[in-house]
This record gives sequence, C-alpha cells and structure tokens, in this order.
Amino acid sequence: MTELNKLTLAEARDALRKGDTTSVELTEACLKAIDAADALNAFVHKTPELAMERAKAADDRIKAGDAPSMCGLPIGIKDLFCTKGVPSQAASKILEGFKPEYESTVSQKLADAGSVMLGKLNMDEFAMGSSNETSVYGNAVSPWRRGNDDAQLTPGGSSGGSASAVAADLCLAATGTDTGGSIRQPAAFTGTVGIKPTYGRCSRWGIVAFASSLDQAGPMTKSVRDAAIMLETMCGHDPKDSTSAELAVPDFEAMLTGDIRGKKIGIPKEYRMDGMPGEIEKLWSDGAEMLKAAGAEIVDISLPHTKYALPAYYVIAPAEASSNLARYDGVRYGRRATLDAGDGITEMYEKTRAEGFGHEVQRRVMVGTYVLSAGFYDAYYNRARRVRTLIKKDFEDAFAAGVDAILTPATPSAAFGLGEMTEADPVQMYLNDVFTVTVNLAGLPGVAVPAGLDSQGLPLGLQLIGKPWEEGDLLNTAYALENAAGFVAKPQQWW
Amino acid sequence: MSIDQSTAAKVAKLARIKVEDDALPALADEFNNILGFIEQLNEVDVEGVEPMTSVTPQRLKRRADEVTDGSQQDKVLANAPDAREGFFAVPKVVE
Repeated sequence: MTELNKLTLAEARDALRKGDTTSVELTEACLKAIDAADALNAFVHKTPELAMERAKAADDRIKAGDAPSMCGLPIGIKDLFCTKGVPSQAASKILEGFKPEYESTVSQKLADAGSVMLGKLNMDEFAMGSSNETSVYGNAVSPWRRGNDDAQLTPGGSSGGSASAVAADLCLAATGTDTGGSIRQPAAFTGTVGIKPTYGRCSRWGIVAFASSLDQAGPMTKSVRDAAIMLETMCGHDPKDSTSAELAVPDFEAMLTGDIRGKKIGIPKEYRMDGMPGEIEKLWSDGAEMLKAAGAEIVDISLPHTKYALPAYYVIAPAEASSNLARYDGVRYGRRATLDAGDGITEMYEKTRAEGFGHEVQRRVMVGTYVLSAGFYDAYYNRARRVRTLIKKDFEDAFAAGVDAILTPATPSAAFGLGEMTEADPVQMYLNDVFTVTVNLAGLPGVAVPAGLDSQGLPLGLQLIGKPWEEGDLLNTAYALENAAGFVAKPQQWW
Repeated sequence: MSIDQSTAAKVAKLARIKVEDDALPALADEFNNILGFIEQLNEVDVEGVEPMTSVTPQRLKRRADEVTDGSQQDKVLANAPDAREGFFAVPKVVE
C-alpha cells in the first residue's frame, strides 16, 4: 500500500472497512507527516493526543460494523472553526488564547461521524486575504514550487493552510470556508479539489463570522469523490443557524456516475478578461472540449453584471465584517491591550482593536464602517445590494434558459510568490477572486477542479458553478471533468 | 467622493480603532483607492431593483420565545481577559 497519509478519503475508508489498516495507523502516519512539515506552516495548533483518542474510538466503531464513511479518517480543521478546548483564533492576534467552550456544528458533525481532527490549520486573518499572508501565525507555504526555483509560493487564501496540508498529504482532507473564493482559489493554486456549497447547506454556527450573507464552509480534498463524501457529512439543517436550509442531504457520492450526456454547460463570455494569460485561456477551452467529448453540450452564455461583482463584494463583505467584528472589544474573549493609567473604556476598545487586528482587517472594518455610515448607506451599501440582486438574476436567467452548469477558470493566474504582491495595492490582490466572488454573491455552489499545469509546473484549476441545491449534479460534472483531465501531478517533497 | 484626513479619523473613531495622526494620510489614500474601485457601481442602472436581503428565497424562521440553554456562567466567563466575582470587568465607565 502507498504511504497511509497519501491515501484519499475513499481509499482509506475502503481500506479501513476491509481491515487492511486502522485509524490509529492512518492517524500516526499523518501526525508524522505533520511534524516533518513545519516549513509549510500549515498546521498551527496540533492536537495529537486528541487525534489518537479519536482514532482509537473510531477503530472500535469500525470493528463493531456500520461505521459512517468519514469514520476513522484524519482531517485538518481551519482555524476559523470553533473547536471545544482547542485554540480557535481565526489567525488573529485579537483571539490569542481563546479556547471555545463549544464546538462548531460542522466540526461536530465531522466528529460525530468518527473523523479524526489532527489540528487547526493556518489561514488569512478572519479569512480576509487571498494569499495567507495576513495570518498572525505567519505565511502558510505551498508545497509546490516553480520547477527548480526555491522561491516560496502562496498556497492561496484564505484557506491556505488547508490547501497546503491536503496538497502535501499531511491529512487526507480539510475543512475550508469560502466568502469570496477562499476554498476554490487555494484549491486551484495547489492542485486540490474544493467545493463551496449553496448558501445555507452548511451551518455557519460556531464558525467565526466574516460576512454572514456570503460565508459557507466546504471540504478541501484530493479528489471529487472525496469532496462528495466529506460534504455530505458537513451539510444538513441546524436550528442554531437561522439561514440553514431545511432540506434533505442527498447521497452525493452515489450521484457520481460520470455520465454527463445531454448536460448543457454554459461558457460566460464576460469571464474572458483582458490580459488573461494564454495558459488560462487554453485550459478553459480544453476543459470545455473535455466536457463536450463526454457528451455535454457547450453553449455560450452572458452574465452581463460580472464586472460589478468585485466592487459590490468590496462593499457588502466589509460592511458585514465591520458589524461582525464589533464583538472583539477586549471584554469577553481574546486579548485586551495593556492600558495606561486613566484610560477609560473607549481607550480600551481602541487600543485593543488597533493592536489586535492586522492591517488588512483594520482596513476592511473601516471601509465597512464608512459605507454603512450615515449619508453613505444608500450610495454604497444599498447600491451594492441592488447590484447583487442583478448578479444573481444573471445566473437565474442562464439556468432558466436550460444551462445545467457553468464552466470558468478558477483563478486569473497560477500561484504567485509569497511577498510578490506586498507592494501591490489592495485592489490588485482583490482581483484574485474575480471568477469566484460572483458565486458567493449569488449564493450558488461552485467547485474548483485541478485541470492542468502551467509552463512552470504549477497547478491550474477550472471552476464549475451549479444551480442552487444541486451539489450532487455539480459534483458529477466535476467528476467527469476530473476523469477527462486526468490530473495526477503532485508536488516534489522539499520540506 | 474623496476622503480627507479628518474623515479618515472620524471613520477610525467610529470603528473604535486607534490610528495615530501620522498614519492618517496613508489611511485616507487607501480608502480613496478602494472607494475609487467601488465607484464603478455607479455605472449600473439599479432603478427599480430591490436591494438583496436574503440570497436564498426563504422567510427567516421563527421559534418560540423560550429558554433553551443557560446557567453556564463559568463557561461564559472562561475566556474573558478580566473576570471578577462572576462578572466581566472593564475600566471605569462613569466618573
């Protein structure tokens, strides 16, 4: 058998059921890989004792028979998820020392299914970033390199630690969250699969909130089948999240037939951006050809308001963030600034938030404060929400015309080097999400599938966008694309 | 719309984030850069379009107004930077 940490969820599940291995062995293999990979800075809080405890319990459960698919499978959890008794600080200094007294619904569901948490994963602070460079823990590093160049590359963000850990086989899979592309962009940068489900599929309860109307959790995995397996465990109605959907969760894995004959796949012309690298353009048309060869019908579509998605997002997301992050006040949890004699409560708030929030988070909180302030609320916030209605309608019109899924590039480029964007203005960094952010604004499911390598040997991904609540059908199309693309490259181990 | 230093200072105050005076010009520049990007939204005809309140067409759920949880003072206070005698402690609020 290959090294146990290199298995997919499906392979490990099948091996466990056959008795070829145990959860303890799988977990030990991952813990060893994690300890040897500190250079990637992916796992920022390791929980080996907890993992071994859960692995033993999972082995007992598997022996007793009838264990669920995720039982005994070692995974990583993004630091944004509150995990009981385990540091959960959203990669922020302001939550230093915070150990939740409760467990997020999604990580609880994964634990109930018997999966084994190995530790917490690096990310951008409060999930605000596209390169994992805003983390209080320092940068997460991609296991991928440009040929023999040893420059460190970003694993993407905000779920950068999750992407790096899965790509480097430190865990079999990981949780991510996606507010504007934070699952799909890092998945594309690291040759892994990431799906953001329909808004309302996964409970947001216990996940540190960034922008509540956009945030969704999802799995980051080594294959589409694994994404189907893990997503099913993460989904489901939760009375503790008022936006959680009361809908039955289908058996996503059973829907992976690979048969997409007769499906209509839309190619949106507005996603053909000026200055798009030739390699991305080719990947996209190759992807369309693959789906066509698998029996799908390729149609040109128009999503006319695409251009306005990023500016609308950069009003709505900061506005919601400024409200959500108001709770970090140095009173109830986390860190309080050292105060000078005579400082009152206002100084406590202002000093705590100035030293607790990093630069990007401060900027977004203040932009959000501005667009919500008296006199600008209509001009910025309400206008952005109107544009959001139009963006959603673009998709509804496409689906009403018979389109089953939409194919786009996942990112405008391959992974860039850590530090390469430091001098760029924030808007340049925001452009990373140009193909993914529309999907959050419209509340739709979107999946990134690795589809090829660029000339420097770095992974490139394609995105498929589906109809609301049709994750099963979307994953099946992704499965067909995965089969046709035959992406098997792995990073060469240097760490 | 252009943001000057005094507006930047006002926003920082509203957000309860201490910004030193010498950092205000750079902050104002950053705001202007981002707001310049956002201004593109003015090109869109939004006449008669409703602002989105919920991305999925669902009525916000209601529940009975009853106590379902509680009596966990220790847990509530466990993460507080300063908790005393069963309360959150903060600097003096009133003189």
